Amino acid sequence: MAKDNTLFTYLLRLADDHLILSQRLGEWTGRAPTLEEDLALTNIALDLIGQARSLYSYAGAVEGQGRDEDQLAFTRPERDYLNALIVEQPNGDFAHTIVRQFFIAAFMVPFWREMEKSDDEQLAAIAAKASKEVAYHLRHTAEWVVRLGDGTEESHQRMVEALEGLIIYTGELFENDAIAKAAIAGGYGVDTEALRDEWRQTVVQVLGEATLELPNAGYMQKGGRDGVHTEHLGHILSELQYMQRAYPGLTW
Amino acid sequence: MYSQGLIGADGKTDEDEAFLAAFQERIDAEQKIEPNDPMPEGYRKTLIRQISQHAHSEIIGMQPEGNWISRAPSLRRKAALMAKVQDEGGHGLYLYSAAETLGISREEMYDQLLSGAAKYSSIFNYPALTWADIGAIGWLVDGAAIMNQIALCRCSYGPYARAMIRICKEESFHQRQGYEILITLCNGSDEQKEMAQDALNRFWWPSLMMFGPSEGQSVHSQQSMLWKIKRFSNDDLRDKFINATVPQAEFLGLKVPDLELKWNEEKQGYDHGEIDWDEFWRVVKGDGPCNRERMRTRRRVEAEGAWVREAAHAYAQKRADRQAAARVAAE
Repeated sequence: MAKDNTLFTYLLRLADDHLILSQRLGEWTGRAPTLEEDLALTNIALDLIGQARSLYSYAGAVEGQGRDEDQLAFTRPERDYLNALIVEQPNGDFAHTIVRQFFIAAFMVPFWREMEKSDDEQLAAIAAKASKEVAYHLRHTAEWVVRLGDGTEESHQRMVEALEGLIIYTGELFENDAIAKAAIAGGYGVDTEALRDEWRQTVVQVLGEATLELPNAGYMQKGGRDGVHTEHLGHILSELQYMQRAYPGLTW
Repeated sequence: MYSQGLIGADGKTDEDEAFLAAFQERIDAEQKIEPNDPMPEGYRKTLIRQISQHAHSEIIGMQPEGNWISRAPSLRRKAALMAKVQDEGGHGLYLYSAAETLGISREEMYDQLLSGAAKYSSIFNYPALTWADIGAIGWLVDGAAIMNQIALCRCSYGPYARAMIRICKEESFHQRQGYEILITLCNGSDEQKEMAQDALNRFWWPSLMMFGPSEGQSVHSQQSMLWKIKRFSNDDLRDKFINATVPQAEFLGLKVPDLELKWNEEKQGYDHGEIDWDEFWRVVKGDGPCNRERMRTRRRVEAEGAWVREAAHAYAQKRADRQAAARVAAE
């Protein structure tokens, strides 16, 4: 039971990361700077919601109380949501969206690669699928980081601001708290602290090519894993959950 | 989605009789016209008008449905809706490419949209107010679009016909998804069923208007038929749509909001009430419920994305310069 509780929470965190980020990217649909990029961002959003659905379904099965993906997504309040703070950050301008996505993709590539070795067969299978998708997300966003960083003076400056705005939310990705440690000890979780150097290397290399630097961040904001969010999440959930809250218990 | 019966194309052309006769002979022999083939200027212009109007409709059409992505009531519906809106963007891309084979650039067409010189389908000037509207748009709007587009698969201009074949496959899937949303609602609670009926009430007539004006008023229709740009009249397609759709509404247990709708045994089709053509022309000319909003959004998106496109161009230029410099250095 204790193991299951941990696994459930561990899965929820991951599922919430994917759903909230997908929700954010969905806001771009029909609004991107070019038609091609509109398709690309929506494509990434679709990959992410696909991962979220697999993870929620599995979490519901692990919990064993009959909650399905929709009950988990649409009926938990913000204090029960466990996503990392970075995914709930506003889209801002295109630079902010790209930096946010790039930071996350550079983390998810090694994360899913390690997760493919998980003792948990379901998680390993989900990881195998996700690995392929996130490799594409990293390539796409890294190309934009370079284009914008080494583009015009304005785009460079916007990238500097985005990097400075988002860097403080990256620390949380690498924290191994009690749940994460239990998951690692249980043989199914990924040691994210061990991914920090690789992430840094990827990020610094791409930023270098983009004539940008990774800002020094002393302070790192965290709390998402314990349900202590920024003020953005409540608004995301009011939109996301509106229909299920207004008309509970129905089939759509 | 979504071509609409063509509005405002000018089929005027000033080639000599022999040229036009030879061209017509090819058309009559059902030969496909390809980009490098000689063609009357009026044919080229009509096609640019129609294909770009069709492409613009796909792009503007992303707005009413995109409006519900963040609020879709289940994860499955949300994913399907995102995929659908993404498909529409893709259809826009195919269609812009098809139009570009006629010697106009995407940017030029796009400027025509933003300046209001080019039209898009009138249907997207109606708001998507409830979740049921997403079902109704899929069922009726995509349904109407398919009726139009199946006919266009045999259009005389090869690139357009081929784009239509590809688009129709995805479109049929969207239509089934939309209908399935309504089936679910109509099998659901009273509130859900009411929501479905209300959506049908609001989208029925605007969907019929998608086929364009009646033949009497459609000045350029005849030339388009002769050139086999279009293969059926607006009214024929509209009747076909009504005949296919009314039984689907009955299956849902919904009532079509037309008191004059009646089966006509003799013609084996439905008689229907008169379309409000004043409303149609008003919406086409810019005074529908959402015309201003749709254009404002599109213009804002364009303006806000300008720095991104400039950066991409600047970077591409720098890269090309560096590669050229490296080549020179190597020689």
